[in-house]
Amino acid sequence: MSKNHNDSSDKPSNPSRRSFMKGFGVTSLGAVAAGQGLIGSLEACAPATGSKTLGPGIVPVTLRVNGKNVRVNIEPSATLAEVLHEQIGLTGTKTGCDRGACGACTVLLDGKAVCSCMTLAVDTVDQKIETIEGVGDDKRLHPIQQAFIESDAMQCGFCTPGMVLSCKALLDANPNPSDSDIRKAVSGNLCRCGTYPKIFQAMKQVAQLK
Amino acid sequence: MIKSEKKNFTIIGKSLPKIEGFEKANGSALYTDDIMLPNMLIGKILRSPHPHAIIRKVNTEKAEALPGVKAVMVGAELPELYGVLPASQDETALAIEKVRYIGDGVAAVAAVDEATAEKACELIEVEYEVLKPCLTIEDGFRADLPKIHEHTKQANVMKEVHQEFGDVEEGFAEADFVMENEYFFEGNTHVPLEPHCALSQWADNKLTIWSSTQTPHYLHVALAKVLKMPRSHIRVIKPHIGAGYGGKSEPFALEFCSAWLSKKSGRPVKILYTREEVFYAHRGRQPMKMILKTGHRKDGSITAIHMRTFLDGGSFGSYGLVTTYYSGVFLTLPYKVPRYKFDAFRIYTNKPAGGPKRGHGAVQPRFAMECQMDKVAEKLGVDPIELRLRNAIEPNTMTINSFRVTSCGIKECLERTRDKSLFKEKYPSYKKPSNKVLRKGIGVAASTYISGAGKSIIWNDMPHSGVQIKVDRGGGVAVFCGASDIGQGSDSMLAYVTAEILGVEVSDVHVCQTDTHLTPVDLGSYSSRVTFMAGNACIEAAEKIKDKLFEMASRKLKVPKSDLDCGKRLIFSKTDPMINMDWVEAANMAETAYGTIGETGSYKPPKIGGKYKGAGAGPSPSYSFSTHIAEVTVDTETGAVTVEKIWSAHDCGRALNPLIVEGQIEGSVYMGVGEALFEEHIFFKNGLHKNPSILEYKIPTILDTPEIESIIVETIDPEGPFGAKEAGEGPLHAAIPAIANAIYNAVGVRLDSTPFTPEKILKALEEKELAGNGNGKNTKKLRGIGARKLAEQVTSS
Repeated sequence: MSKNHNDSSDKPSNPSRRSFMKGFGVTSLGAVAAGQGLIGSLEACAPATGSKTLGPGIVPVTLRVNGKNVRVNIEPSATLAEVLHEQIGLTGTKTGCDRGACGACTVLLDGKAVCSCMTLAVDTVDQKIETIEGVGDDKRLHPIQQAFIESDAMQCGFCTPGMVLSCKALLDANPNPSDSDIRKAVSGNLCRCGTYPKIFQAMKQVAQLK
Repeated sequence: MIKSEKKNFTIIGKSLPKIEGFEKANGSALYTDDIMLPNMLIGKILRSPHPHAIIRKVNTEKAEALPGVKAVMVGAELPELYGVLPASQDETALAIEKVRYIGDGVAAVAAVDEATAEKACELIEVEYEVLKPCLTIEDGFRADLPKIHEHTKQANVMKEVHQEFGDVEEGFAEADFVMENEYFFEGNTHVPLEPHCALSQWADNKLTIWSSTQTPHYLHVALAKVLKMPRSHIRVIKPHIGAGYGGKSEPFALEFCSAWLSKKSGRPVKILYTREEVFYAHRGRQPMKMILKTGHRKDGSITAIHMRTFLDGGSFGSYGLVTTYYSGVFLTLPYKVPRYKFDAFRIYTNKPAGGPKRGHGAVQPRFAMECQMDKVAEKLGVDPIELRLRNAIEPNTMTINSFRVTSCGIKECLERTRDKSLFKEKYPSYKKPSNKVLRKGIGVAASTYISGAGKSIIWNDMPHSGVQIKVDRGGGVAVFCGASDIGQGSDSMLAYVTAEILGVEVSDVHVCQTDTHLTPVDLGSYSSRVTFMAGNACIEAAEKIKDKLFEMASRKLKVPKSDLDCGKRLIFSKTDPMINMDWVEAANMAETAYGTIGETGSYKPPKIGGKYKGAGAGPSPSYSFSTHIAEVTVDTETGAVTVEKIWSAHDCGRALNPLIVEGQIEGSVYMGVGEALFEEHIFFKNGLHKNPSILEYKIPTILDTPEIESIIVETIDPEGPFGAKEAGEGPLHAAIPAIANAIYNAVGVRLDSTPFTPEKILKALEEKELAGNGNGKNTKKLRGIGARKLAEQVTSS
């Protein structure tokens, strides 16, 4: 699980992690030195080699989204969730809390599920970004999506894109997950409609098909 | 009301996927925040740092001068009062003379982007004169504290209800024993994953607003009132909603502000609440202190009940008048209650307003009643399910407060959960004293809820739900209804009903999402009314269309209409299905004969309920019934409670789609488990919200969700659509007391105060050890208990 739900760093009296991140006008490509302590083990923010200073101000970057190169001009402080939803128009990426707590904004970075609201877009330039729009294709849904529909594993549907991506990250890495693997894989994705039993059923169905 | 005679179903009763499954699964379903308009601005609301203060001055000059800011507004610009209930109009779009809670809106701005809007809010200067806040129920009775709203008669008491049916004193005198206990239910909130969002576009002196609302009709009414413009010039559109659970069932500041800012700037304005603002918007479960007195005979039968409730309502009325009634009126169900007395007080406090959360007002008293039943069963030495069965009401009865009960499956719910869970064996076995660290327990609770309210919020004799159906020449069927699908599947329900009656495939039916320009009024998704009311309206419209098509088929096939049936896009003879014709051909013949094929249907509840003061609160065309059995493990060293499994039986009349009913049961149980174990919507002593984020306000994850076995009990309601009644809210109530009773069964301590946190369990265990027994009095020192003292004060004042 690459999502971190450590809640100890969000005390009411301290600046939130979110505003802390947003406060950065300048950042380094591939490294968010100042953010490390706060964002903990979130893999999307792990330092990479060859850092290059970007900003202040809007910078052009090329993101690899769903197999296509997308050129965007962004603030270095912009989160991946914002850039995907507001600039690229991939509105399947939902923001429920903007603090990495609900998982609605989950996307895959090089196959790993991360909260895109806790990931700076500039840090993802060398990674493969997969959003819900990249799962399945125009004609055919991915088996996970199909199973979600058949099992009624969605009510309001707001958590569904993130939930599907967390499930996909699991199945791509482990085609034969145990019950506990399935529960753990989506434990960072909240579904307030409480469709968990149906999500579990859907995943069991897909895992058996594989 | 036209009813359907159809009995051989091809769609109803089948576990089909929802009609919007594809777009939700692939992420293309649009929610309000996903809609972007050209030149769109972002709006932000400046919020009060004080719980109670007079606004002396608001200076917006610096904000207006900030580059990128296109409009700024203050409360005085929209002075008209609104409130979802006509009798409780106490809100304005933004605070005008004073602020009433930390987070109350004071001014709003629209700017080219979010960062500029936030910066502009920081530049607004507000001078406050701080007032003493009223923050507790006890404070609410204090005459020395400033009033939050001027209209209250006594201190900050917003509403009082006093009802008595029969002479309860006589009932208590007749009882073999009388029991009185205090209970406290902590406030909690909905936490829909989609934060509230509204997008307004003001053009040509008309307003179009997209909003994440459960009640587009009430929003429509309120916008016209506050903006002082004809309702015909306002279009409310409800896109997909990231759920609500009651939290989006009334107008909110962002809707008025985005509209006004759009008017002022001439550009579309979107306001999306942050998660913190969603906690301030609240309208959730109201903290409730309760004193419950019951009289029982030795055989377990109830002789009288007296319930007293005190509601911490927060800063505004919201649905509070109804909540106050709902905190008591449903205790005359699902047991036979010959005498009933009920006193309630709802208090204004300087905190975010409480309102309707799934099970509105009835969840708290149900917790008290079901814990009390458990205590009574123990005192009598009767099995707790047996006690409930002895008292259970029968179908087709009238309660003491004139609620008409038609279909009723409470006994079947009790029996089936009992048998499935092996309650009879487990209950006495878990009850035996043990020294084990981990102890198992099992507990039961029963409940009831309405299938929509018998009276509309805006009292009139108009239909509660309208449906319009149009058939096109290619065989497509469009259904228009103002019912607000919030994820519970109400749009799918309309498609199933239409397809079943007309004989087309579900995929041939297109359900138009709520749009006040297009869809007939339905009052909205609240009080579990949509399946019952919109379902009946839909049957009426579809039957009228079917009649026209059958008329054509009868002529062509030379078969009497009474011998015709339809299905799979064919109209055929029941006696010889080989005599059939294409559905589309019949539709085209009908259009040739009658003109455009479109029909309407509507539903209005029958005249039900008594004639006493407050008789409008509680009557419903039908009631659902539920029973839950919870099995828990209590860790006596850490105090942690694990809910292992919940068996939940729900009488939903007929399951139009069992898969969706199961989902509603599971979702309700899930939410009940959260309320029982974790959730607290709480405040510091200065009125500041303690936990306005999902990190701090704990809701259950998949790892906290127990195994849930849903048991659907079908009683085929005589008035419900194909016999259906509600399923979305009823199965929540009993989860909480079932868990409380299971904890007692496991470790012998009564948790009369929610949530059942490890701290409370450990404290109760400690006190039990000290007292040398578990006599049910050991939670008295816990937070929130103390209603009796309050009741004495109220009586003496």
